[in-house]
Amino acid sequence: MSSYLELSARERLQQLFDPGSFEEFLPPSERVVSPHLAQLNAPVAFDDGVAVGRARLNGEFVYTAAQEGGFMGGAVGEVHGAKLVGLLQRAVLDNAPAVVLLLETGGVRLHEANAGLIAVSEVMRALLDARAAGIPVIVLIGGSNGAFGGMGIVARCANVVVMSEEGRLAMSGPEVIETANGVEEFDARDRALVWRTTGGKHRYLLGDCQMMSADSVAAFRQAALDAIAACAGGPVELTLEALEREQQLLAERLARFGAMADPADIWNSIGMADAQRVSMLDADAFVAAAAAHRLGAP
Amino acid sequence: MQWPTLANALFPRGHTITERDDFLSGEAQVGDDVASATIAIIGTTGHAPIGVEIALAQATAILNTVRDHPGRAILILVDTQGQRLRHRDEMLGINSYMAHLGKCVELARRRGHKILALVYDQALSGGFITSGLMADACYALPDATIRVMGLPAMARITKVPEELLTELAKSNPVFAPGPENYLRMGGVRAIWDQAGGALATQLIEALNEPTAGDDRSALGLARGGRLLAQPVIAAVVAGGHVLAA
Repeated sequence: MSSYLELSARERLQQLFDPGSFEEFLPPSERVVSPHLAQLNAPVAFDDGVAVGRARLNGEFVYTAAQEGGFMGGAVGEVHGAKLVGLLQRAVLDNAPAVVLLLETGGVRLHEANAGLIAVSEVMRALLDARAAGIPVIVLIGGSNGAFGGMGIVARCANVVVMSEEGRLAMSGPEVIETANGVEEFDARDRALVWRTTGGKHRYLLGDCQMMSADSVAAFRQAALDAIAACAGGPVELTLEALEREQQLLAERLARFGAMADPADIWNSIGMADAQRVSMLDADAFVAAAAAHRLGAP
Repeated sequence: MQWPTLANALFPRGHTITERDDFLSGEAQVGDDVASATIAIIGTTGHAPIGVEIALAQATAILNTVRDHPGRAILILVDTQGQRLRHRDEMLGINSYMAHLGKCVELARRRGHKILALVYDQALSGGFITSGLMADACYALPDATIRVMGLPAMARITKVPEELLTELAKSNPVFAPGPENYLRMGGVRAIWDQAGGALATQLIEALNEPTAGDDRSALGLARGGRLLAQPVIAAVVAGGHVLAA
């Protein structure tokens, strides 16, 4: 069984959806590359690091995008961002049953900083437009680059976030924080601390990730199907009631855990004691153990 | 510009804005005796680093406005050095707090609230995405600083010589900070004149200007600052090719 973590974006698209069903919009043969990288003597990619299109999931077409972590860390530049916006807009026009985003990204591509920043905000608006049109948006995070920066914000605008234990979801990377405020603030080489802070299990326990998946393409495929099915029961668009609940969750989180220093302290306080054991559990065992303790469960 | 000075210029009829831990909130009357309206003001000052508390405070103020004053226009005053770079904020899920703020702005928009933003001092990266860049229209003062990061830091991370970046920044708005570059790329709708009573007038004009969806990529194309974004969006939507700009 293929490890999701180890696959490229295009391999994930081929293996996660029904075989041979991925139809790409603006494929690499169109050779649309970043207009900014060449003058920096940086390499370009004919897909600018993201493949967008539609593919069948159990026979039904869903709209999808996969970011390639191997090209500039999956970071969002002008073209990359525009492809995501175009995909989300087309999903609305074609009344797609769902959008599934395979995120793997460091956020804004610094080589095209200003254009990347605006592009990420356009992706955020387009994603929320899709939800307003009644289209559920599912985000999968299981690549080695995680989902960071502005795309970490975009991820949390989706209806459902699915993560593997190996997936990471955050805003600023540990290296950035260490550079800004010192190794005492965040030791980026302390891998265990990095995983505890940004990894799938912590996000699941806090309620920032709604579903856990094992690190296999088959498990992510099933999770995507389950996530789409879970959206069928309620409103897909933003509602005042849902945002009030989220506000309460975030306010309580701050009040309960704001003075704590380590994610293990948080786990302990919600009844998931023994951080060492928590980190050893596989996805299914972890989900079972977390059921009575995790926050933000519907 | 200090926010009290700004507020007095924007709201000659007075306001109730207060500052608490770099968070600004209040109300103001805009317009004249013939046509006046109350608007809500939400924002930050002191080049605030946006951490979980201030993101939540802004979101709370916006939801309160949606709940208690349906349809009331909201002005977001932006002055931020970007997201707070602390382990604690990451542990608590700062991206979720920021996404929550962005979603609250979006809900307000959907419920008919006009959302304007004004960068009156600094706007940087993560602090800007869920504030000014979520507005129907984002404006800036001429002296404002808008950027993702400075050229020296960009040179260090991208490993591109700073001299080259500085040279390129003269003609390519993608690299250089400043409101003019964001104007050309469509991220800023207009740069406001801050002379005399101009700010109050421009605010009223902005409040009266109709908005229809996110037209920033089209603006970026028309103004020559982002030549590929709109053609790529159009090509993906239509299933066609990218027409050379």
